Amino acid sequence: MANPTTVARGGGSSPSPGHRRRKESGRARASGLPAWSIPYVLLVPGLLVIAGLLLYPMFQLAVMAFQKVGLAQIRGTRPAEWVGLENFEKILSNDIFWSALRNTVAFAFVAVSLTLIVGTAVGVLLHRLGRKMSLFVVIGCMFAWAVPPVAQGVIWRSLFDAEAGIVNWALDLLPNWLAAPPDGARSWVGTPWLTDTLPLYIALVFCVVWAGFPFIAVSVLAGLKGIPAELYEAARVDGSGPWRTFTKITLPMLKPVFAVLTVLSIIWDFKVFSQLYTLMNGHTNREGYNLSMYAVAEAFKPPQKLGMGAAISVVLTIILLVITVVYVRQIVKQEEM
Amino acid sequence: MTPLARKRLGKILLNTAGVLVFLYAVFPVYWMVSTGFKENDQIFTTEFVPFPTHFTFDHFARVLTEGVANNSIWLYMRNSAIVALGTVLIGSAFALLSATAIARFRFKGRGMFLVVLLVVQMLPAEGLLIPLYMMVKRVGLGDNFIGLIVTQVALTLPFGVWMLRTFVAAVPKSLEEAAWIDGAGRMQTFWRVLFPLVAPGLVATSIFSFITAWNDLVFALYLMSQSEGYTMPVALQYFIGQKGVDWGAIMAGSTLMTIPVVVFFLLVQRRMVSGLVAGAVKG
Repeated sequence: MANPTTVARGGGSSPSPGHRRRKESGRARASGLPAWSIPYVLLVPGLLVIAGLLLYPMFQLAVMAFQKVGLAQIRGTRPAEWVGLENFEKILSNDIFWSALRNTVAFAFVAVSLTLIVGTAVGVLLHRLGRKMSLFVVIGCMFAWAVPPVAQGVIWRSLFDAEAGIVNWALDLLPNWLAAPPDGARSWVGTPWLTDTLPLYIALVFCVVWAGFPFIAVSVLAGLKGIPAELYEAARVDGSGPWRTFTKITLPMLKPVFAVLTVLSIIWDFKVFSQLYTLMNGHTNREGYNLSMYAVAEAFKPPQKLGMGAAISVVLTIILLVITVVYVRQIVKQEEM
Repeated sequence: MTPLARKRLGKILLNTAGVLVFLYAVFPVYWMVSTGFKENDQIFTTEFVPFPTHFTFDHFARVLTEGVANNSIWLYMRNSAIVALGTVLIGSAFALLSATAIARFRFKGRGMFLVVLLVVQMLPAEGLLIPLYMMVKRVGLGDNFIGLIVTQVALTLPFGVWMLRTFVAAVPKSLEEAAWIDGAGRMQTFWRVLFPLVAPGLVATSIFSFITAWNDLVFALYLMSQSEGYTMPVALQYFIGQKGVDWGAIMAGSTLMTIPVVVFFLLVQRRMVSGLVAGAVKG
């Protein structure tokens, strides 16, 4: 844990004895800058990027949501036209928006829950495994974690392929009472997964949970290692069973970790794009859009309607900011900044 | 059952579960790589072919020579590398300066800056794409790697600073003071003392930025409209778009794209966790 006095340096607020202050002013003479200005000078490039390329565009996004911005405006031949709330009215009266919102929320709920459950289970398992075995499993998990999102999409696209995919092959192995082929067919082979919305999202859940659980598992493992062994010792002495120990000690001790992991997972799964785009192969199936895909498709699919896309993004961003506030408060509470 | 037998059984069950988790994590990756080496009659089959019985390098050779969308995969790999390395070079320098400011100084507005840093990390890139696309087009950097690099620097900088500040804070201040007493100037102290000690953190942060930029699909997809400027994630989409997916080729391409990320990733995963979970995990 950072000790504030070792982090702090310089500045009038530092409770350091006089000799430090003398040194600071000596330093200032050497570089020709007053001591108080040094941190600000160091921050200039970072601030410029954050202000110019993140905060200002965010403001621009909010402005564009109330404008009509098409090809002529991109080329700069005509100024953007104010249309008031028209973009929002159009979106809210469009079925695609509501199906995209439903897809986004339902997917995030299922994917986050499953990722957390699988990840926590694996984290607990890693904690109980021997040293070598634990390392072996962690390295395996790293592979799933490291695969680029587009490659994840490609992999799961091939696994769910109608003809050559091994998901259909595996389903054929199961007895019929457990998994009967759809529409009275004799075999699962030939069943397409990626055209209709529900099967598409089932494939997406598999893909995202597979790629997302390692992060949860490793974080939970780190959290578990931080729980003092005496607590478990005391529980055992008091005759607490494994399940009771898990619910009364492990889970409460991991609560702060879970708070952060849940919020991060929600934020990531809310705006999943690359995997969905790859599984769908572009913005083909309008019913299958989630909010980020809908925003991008409206904005960039010809005829380009950047104002409409901006309005959808604003809705998505507001949802994410609300969730982010929870995250930031959690971090600020724990972190000694 | 004797307690000893029970303990042994428990251990066997745990290790079996461990192996199953390992297989679950690795199998899809294995499937990608092995399909890249399979002959077509072993790919386009309804049977399960766990292992390529006749290894072939045809698919890899094909993506490297014929490629996709009129260009060899080499070109797309090179484009991805240009964007990712450009992002790393600019981003790391900026991140180091900002991280030093936060970790080494107390100043007015510091807390505010940290909160802004956390919030902007969470902004959806797909939302930022729309205004950034307008800005990049307006200044004439559409279809230019510089335009793409600039957006990637913006997207990776907040987390980079967040991650790097812990490394800067971990360097004992007394070392710098010692250098100072010995007569080193401010710049000299920075380059000779702080920089070497922060270098591992800088490597970790750079790799994080590299991976983010290397993996980006959505910005490259809309900022680069000519196939000569496509990056790997965009190029891979064109394999699927063709009539009847050429699984051998796309898996070979995906494998080539994945290798650098896996290598880098194994180097820095520990630090990624500590950066993301920040203060929540202690010990």
